[in-house]
Amino acid sequence: MKSALVSFLSGLTFALGLGISGMTRPVKVIGFLDFFGAWDASLAFVMLGAIAVYFVAYRLSLTMRSPVLAPGFSIPKRTDLDSRLFVGAALFGAGWGLGGFCPGPAITSLASGASPVAVFVAAMAAGIYLHGWLAKRGVSRSSAARTLLQTATDA
Amino acid sequence: MNNFTPIASLIGGIMIGLSASAMLLLEGKIAGISGIFAGVLNPAKGELLWKSSFVAGLLGGGVMLRIFLPGAFNFEIVRPYGLLAVAGLLVGFGTRLGSGCTSGHGVCGISRLSPRSIVATATFVTSGAIVVYFGNHLL
Repeated sequence: MKSALVSFLSGLTFALGLGISGMTRPVKVIGFLDFFGAWDASLAFVMLGAIAVYFVAYRLSLTMRSPVLAPGFSIPKRTDLDSRLFVGAALFGAGWGLGGFCPGPAITSLASGASPVAVFVAAMAAGIYLHGWLAKRGVSRSSAARTLLQTATDA
Repeated sequence: MNNFTPIASLIGGIMIGLSASAMLLLEGKIAGISGIFAGVLNPAKGELLWKSSFVAGLLGGGVMLRIFLPGAFNFEIVRPYGLLAVAGLLVGFGTRLGSGCTSGHGVCGISRLSPRSIVATATFVTSGAIVVYFGNHLL
């Protein structure tokens, strides 16, 4: 129960951070990606603030045997650069530039009740299911498709 | 730079960093939103409670923003529904195939100096910039 509360409060803080930083507004995100137009560097400052804090937290975690409330750390350990990483990131970036939303701001913005956000999040869920379905199909079809679409652990 | 908000963005960024740090130091988890959301849609054993609690927190934060900072939902750029559906599909599919989004790769991964996350972030910022360039300047 304590773990659920920590997750809830972290999600809440994350959403408030997104809102205060301006990242729930597609105009700010698209403004950052518009390097050859009226460039808005705000998103770089969001990353700077978040990375500065998390960099220290990660260094601290390396000195801990286990997290405070859980038996162990689940941190991704892969270092290989495969085609799925490039293709996936490129497709994500295209959708990000097109809509001006990435997953965190989109889910947070559902609370606004605006129907365009609901359409975006529903399509995002469909994209996640599509990937899962193709990955499963790939398993029965061929190992090449499996290699291409295998569901990876996050980050 | 007509919309530039460095101070507010830095403060918001620090809050995001604190939230992700709490998940790491208390729970040992990476605060990657695309993975968390996918984990709610396709639950794995033992993962559903924390992931759905985090998503509930995002929504709760959204409700607080709606009450105390309604300007956060002043979207300004809203694409037609068809375009938003394509964008959402690309974001959902792409973040699964590429194992993460702005939070998992951009914040948590870069801070850990993960080569995969640094490459992924450079890739999605570049493809996003290309799409915005064609959308804003050529169409």
